Amino acid sequence: MAIFLTKESKVLVQGMTGAEGMKHTRRMLAAGTGIVGGVNPRKAGRTVDFDVPHGPEGRGGAPGAVRVFGSVSEGMAATGADVTVVFVPPPFAKAAVIEAADAGIGLAVVITEGIPVHDAVAFQAYARERGTRIVGPNCPGLISPGQSNAGIIPADIAAKPGRIGLVSKSGTLTYQLMYELRETGFSSAVGIGGDPVVGTTHIDCLAAFENDPETELIVLIGEIGGDAEERAAAYIAERVTKPVIGYIAGFTAPEGKTMGHAGAIVSGSSGTAEAKKKALEAVGVRVGSTPSETARLVLDRLAASRDVTHN
Amino acid sequence: MDLYEHQARELFADHGIAVPEAEVVELAREARFAADRLGGRVVVKAQVKTGGRGKAGGVKLAIDPAAAELTARQILGMDIKGHTVRKVMLAQPVEIEAEFYVSYVLDRAAGTFLAIASAEGGMEIEEIAASRPEAVARVAVDPAEGVTEAKAAEIAKAAQLPPETVPVLQALWQVVVREDALLVEVNPLVRTEEGLILALDGKITLDDNARFRQARWGDRVSEEHGDPLEAAAAAKGLNYVKLDGEVGIIGNGAGLVMSTLDVVAGCGARPANFLDIGGGASAQVMADGLAVILSDPAVKSVFVNVFGGITACDAVAEGIVQALESVRLTKPLVVRLDGNNAARGRAILADRAHPLVEQATTMDGAARQAAVLANVG
Repeated sequence: MAIFLTKESKVLVQGMTGAEGMKHTRRMLAAGTGIVGGVNPRKAGRTVDFDVPHGPEGRGGAPGAVRVFGSVSEGMAATGADVTVVFVPPPFAKAAVIEAADAGIGLAVVITEGIPVHDAVAFQAYARERGTRIVGPNCPGLISPGQSNAGIIPADIAAKPGRIGLVSKSGTLTYQLMYELRETGFSSAVGIGGDPVVGTTHIDCLAAFENDPETELIVLIGEIGGDAEERAAAYIAERVTKPVIGYIAGFTAPEGKTMGHAGAIVSGSSGTAEAKKKALEAVGVRVGSTPSETARLVLDRLAASRDVTHN
Repeated sequence: MDLYEHQARELFADHGIAVPEAEVVELAREARFAADRLGGRVVVKAQVKTGGRGKAGGVKLAIDPAAAELTARQILGMDIKGHTVRKVMLAQPVEIEAEFYVSYVLDRAAGTFLAIASAEGGMEIEEIAASRPEAVARVAVDPAEGVTEAKAAEIAKAAQLPPETVPVLQALWQVVVREDALLVEVNPLVRTEEGLILALDGKITLDDNARFRQARWGDRVSEEHGDPLEAAAAAKGLNYVKLDGEVGIIGNGAGLVMSTLDVVAGCGARPANFLDIGGGASAQVMADGLAVILSDPAVKSVFVNVFGGITACDAVAEGIVQALESVRLTKPLVVRLDGNNAARGRAILADRAHPLVEQATTMDGAARQAAVLANVG
């Protein structure tokens, strides 16, 4: 098992024929993702050959050959797709997500960085009403190692499936932690994105990992801005029985400055790393002071629970 | 991007919200003529993007044009919480009968906008909320519907604002939507003795992501970068924030760079900056970034921390080598490359064998080394 994304997932790529879309569709295919089609109304009916050894299964066509559909609903009707990965540029991203929600897709992973917040607010509300889960925007997507990869997380960092679940606002910190824990392996890793308004939250992932029998321990990575980590801490106290190890970035960030991610800003006294760390520690979550120390805490915790089991 | 008060005032006026007559000047002697045009008696207000101007002495009443010049001279150049005052706004004084607070803010957790309003304006909303929480109304705004007349009336009623604020609440929502604002705050919104509803002071934060569709932003953005290094970095499209330490930092990805600053601070040194070269950065971006950091006189050592996910470590190494051609390296550089093409990247740097460039295998070890070098240097 894994959360949100498994080897059964049938994945469409909106914006597949753009430069980023092409590059990452090739990578996703190479990682074994069940890519069943691309979407681009201007290139509908064409086929793109990605020249990767193992392509989508069960569709006839040549390995690595992916059909382009005119719309999400057309792609879903033809292939049974249940996931879409969105690489559409910011000015057109809102329309792309609304189209996917209208088609009734279950999961839309929005990679695009730089989407206006008003557009994100609008499509999140729209998708919520129609039952479409959104991951992102401005996120690296999610990966269930050995099964499927929807987005831009490099699959070879931690190719081994395992029992750690990871949720993070940051792409590179996700990679860093996956790299440090590559021998242990992950059930799923979800990059929820660094924008102020995201579709899937830390809490959504905590809930899913709690219910996933393959996940034994959860790594929660946060950063300055907003109060998602504080809310996650409250949720952990009430609903999460599995061990959680945390990491927070941005202790040295000055007030009022946006640190790379649009949502990473300390406003007045709110959104500080210190407050987030305290909130997590108050509910028993160990918080690492560096990514490497966080990885060590994970390994220690896993070893401790093994000892308990074996004695 | 936060706007100055005078810029917020213009946007309010553009959307039909009444504001006091005012002018903005950069030189004290201009203040005399501006005050004269405004009727003599004016309020002189420092234009800085921070709160607490009044307490810092940045807002003063001048009784005539000569006093306005004198006051402007005092306020211009003043430092308010690290912000230097470069402009003052002169505004006609208003006879206030009642002060209110209204704002629309992005509610990140709910993924929508929230109207916050109170009939007790004039002080910071946090203070009102702390002293009399029941006096602060919070009303969620449905993004699809926006603030209709009925919604505006609901907000006014919840906050016990007079009914004549309803059109102002609607107009302010238009500022939010049409200008791609993340925060629109009027504090105070006042009723004058003549019964006029006037936005006396305001704060607007615009969404940087909406720049592509907001053509009018050009002139406001040009006022943005006070720090020369931040301006130089922005000109090269780099994501750079100047800090006040001595270890220059370059990394890829906002989260990893923030984490790098923290780890360096944990080693007893202070980071000199935040610089994120982003995903899939080219050698040129790396070289540009290094050039900006090396031009910072406060920097004593540099830590390049890259985890290659999409970014290829060999491209990063090429960028460092390229930068070494064009910039004379006078400060030690500690480089940690991991992930995608790390071995090739490390080999490129080893071949170049620059005496001031050293490599480290872990992020924590590299941070310690960069901190030691900064403290020695």
